[in-house]
Amino acid sequence: MPPTQNLRLTKFGQYGIYLAFLILCIVLAFSTPRFFTVSNLLIIGTQVSINALLAFGVTFVIITGGIDLSLGSMVAVTGVVAATFAHPDTYPLAVPLLAGLGAGLLFGAFNGLVITKSKVPPFIVTLGTMTIGRGLALILSKGRPISNLSDSFNFIGGGNIFGIPFPIIILIVAFIVCAVILNKTVLGRYMYAVGGNEPAARASGIRVGNVKMWVYTICGILSAMGGILLTARITTGQPNAGAGFELDAIAAAIIGGTSTSGGTGTMTGTLIGALLIGVISNSLDLLNVTSYYQQVVMGVIIIGAVVLDGFGKKD
Amino acid sequence: MPDFILTVNQLSKSFSGVKALDNVSLNLRKGEVHALMGENGAGKSTFMKVLIGLLAPDSGEIIFEGKNLHDSNVGETLKKGISMIHQEILIVPELTVAQNIFLGREKSVSGKSGWLWGWLDDSEINEKSEQVLKQLGVDISPKTKMKYLSVAQMQMVEIAKAISNNAKVIIMDEPTSAISDKEVEMLFKMIRDLKAKGVSIIYISHKMDEIFRISDTITVLRDGKYIGTKNATELDQNSLISMMVGREIGQMFPEGNTAINEEILSVENLGKKGKFSDINFAVHAGEIVGLSGLMGAGRTEIARVIFGLDKSDEGMISISGETVQINSPLKALKNGIGYVSEDRKGLGLIPKMSVKDNITLSSMNRHRKGIFINTKREETATAQMIADLRIKTSGMDQKVTHLSGGNQQKVVIGKVLLAAPQLIILDEPTRGVDVGAKFEIYKLIRNLAENGMAIILISSELPEILGMSDRIVVLSKGRQTALLSRQEATQELIMKYAVA
Repeated sequence: MPPTQNLRLTKFGQYGIYLAFLILCIVLAFSTPRFFTVSNLLIIGTQVSINALLAFGVTFVIITGGIDLSLGSMVAVTGVVAATFAHPDTYPLAVPLLAGLGAGLLFGAFNGLVITKSKVPPFIVTLGTMTIGRGLALILSKGRPISNLSDSFNFIGGGNIFGIPFPIIILIVAFIVCAVILNKTVLGRYMYAVGGNEPAARASGIRVGNVKMWVYTICGILSAMGGILLTARITTGQPNAGAGFELDAIAAAIIGGTSTSGGTGTMTGTLIGALLIGVISNSLDLLNVTSYYQQVVMGVIIIGAVVLDGFGKKD
Repeated sequence: MPDFILTVNQLSKSFSGVKALDNVSLNLRKGEVHALMGENGAGKSTFMKVLIGLLAPDSGEIIFEGKNLHDSNVGETLKKGISMIHQEILIVPELTVAQNIFLGREKSVSGKSGWLWGWLDDSEINEKSEQVLKQLGVDISPKTKMKYLSVAQMQMVEIAKAISNNAKVIIMDEPTSAISDKEVEMLFKMIRDLKAKGVSIIYISHKMDEIFRISDTITVLRDGKYIGTKNATELDQNSLISMMVGREIGQMFPEGNTAINEEILSVENLGKKGKFSDINFAVHAGEIVGLSGLMGAGRTEIARVIFGLDKSDEGMISISGETVQINSPLKALKNGIGYVSEDRKGLGLIPKMSVKDNITLSSMNRHRKGIFINTKREETATAQMIADLRIKTSGMDQKVTHLSGGNQQKVVIGKVLLAAPQLIILDEPTRGVDVGAKFEIYKLIRNLAENGMAIILISSELPEILGMSDRIVVLSKGRQTALLSRQEATQELIMKYAVA
């Protein structure tokens, strides 16, 4: 059946998020003089970076038809692990970085292993590991924030290169790498296949378990990058950090057009989703709207985005 | 003028400028079975959707019992007495039979008005359901949960639902596509009973023999146009097919003179508990071996084991004389075995992906450079396959769901062929495929065999098995009852062994 009445809405559903983002930016540029300044845009970029990293990770997961609720806990665990090795005059910078990233890799791989071997739904497995992760972060830090970190470590969260905040550089590099993985590699193609129709993917000779292992592992590594960034920015390893981050990340992916039923989604969409969330909360800050209202606005946007996405699928 | 219960006059419907229905008319008598025939894309489903009020026509009128059904929605046409039994049965599995029959009408039974609030008493609907089921001669308890029923039983419940709705016209869309031969007989008996009671039936099916057995009148659509209405007795299979495709088909099954060479696959004493046991046959290069049997005989189950989707409990599989352990589809593909499933949507296609991405999915190893996709090679291979199999698509980036059934099937076959197998298992390759595309698929199968491919063909259609196979393995209830050569096989002989 050819597409019919909703053709215009369909088009809007496909590009609606980009359009909405553009319109919002234009409106803000004219209505709020402080919005369109270099320093404010750099602030937004820095604020968005952690959520965007997590959102990239969870986009991979959602495309394969899964979900990862343990992102926020992984941020805490990896931040604490990195902070443990980041005191001044102890280890070279590479040690806390590799320890943090390694912890994220192991945590993600553990998620993937349990999900593929136990056949328990990812929602439940990662709900469990979310709690496990939070506990681990508290155990490793003995429940106390780990402060007194080296300057070189803190540079990751607060430094600039040619005037550009380091987190933004990480964000851009991560975006490019993730987009390449998704669009140009065999693994990326297999992610869409597994999420689009898992039995058919298996019957096509794809090692579905391997694909899932990779996806959750990559998600763990990206969470670790987020954890390290956060720790360096607040110059403290906080066992309670990152609580609720998973929801913002999932929201960014969904606003960006990733279907929760799997099989569709793009990194560009997710990036725009994360930026949209960042711009809105920034502008509400500039307009002196209290954070209570910000949460209400954000919720409305998430639902609105999915409704639009629904129009995009009607064919 | 005979008493028509339903008259459709010059119905037209366009979708974004494309005419899906172009002046289609139909007259339905009281108590007749009226078959609606046409290839996929002929406009049957659009016609049905307009009839039940799911789509509004652009022009034309529908007169039901003398009244114009103008602007009726689905609920209203249902109340007036037009019901449809959909091909994919729509039921709520966790509810009981009675609850399904009266779904949405719970209150109407007791005559109480109101909606959503208030107590429900199942005893009343159970009683009424029992009456209707008994009237239809169906032995199902109204208190059984729907999920415990077979597909055929669910269908009968749907018919019961239509009857309890006082349906005067029942539309059946491919009602026999998922039920066994025995169940088909029960369905046909039920249809004859309904006819006797004055209920009219519009019957849609691709199966020729059924059409001639059950229908009184046949209307043919082609490309959205009304071609003609004939009494079933005036037509035979060939004249009906030429009405449908607009030309003479001639020889349905292409002649082949296949030289049979070395053995590719052999199975010995293959068995799986509760499914099949003691299966023995071999397939040679260039040979087509048919697997025949009634529904539930174990044909697909054997294919699934050979392809590594399921594990066997006993026996062994050899490829070119060497015993192999096949425990996954990946292993099967590596051993040169390809499988085109009967379940195109479930096991064949990734609906959200493009034609290209689907077609190369099993052969990414030849379309990659390290971890990266070699797009150029992928595009060349896809273009070649689209040309070879004559896949009708607006481009290789077209979403596969936008293709017709026959072309989707070709995409799945293309995917398997690109994996370069030496043996290919085709499980109901022409199911849900229209006549023209069927013929093309037969030619393709014959071509593959002539080029040395070993082929296992699974089919419920006996003419297909007889027309294509060099040898035929007949199965009955999971046992191998015969291995026939092309020369000795006849329709009667196969049936004899299939029920043995």
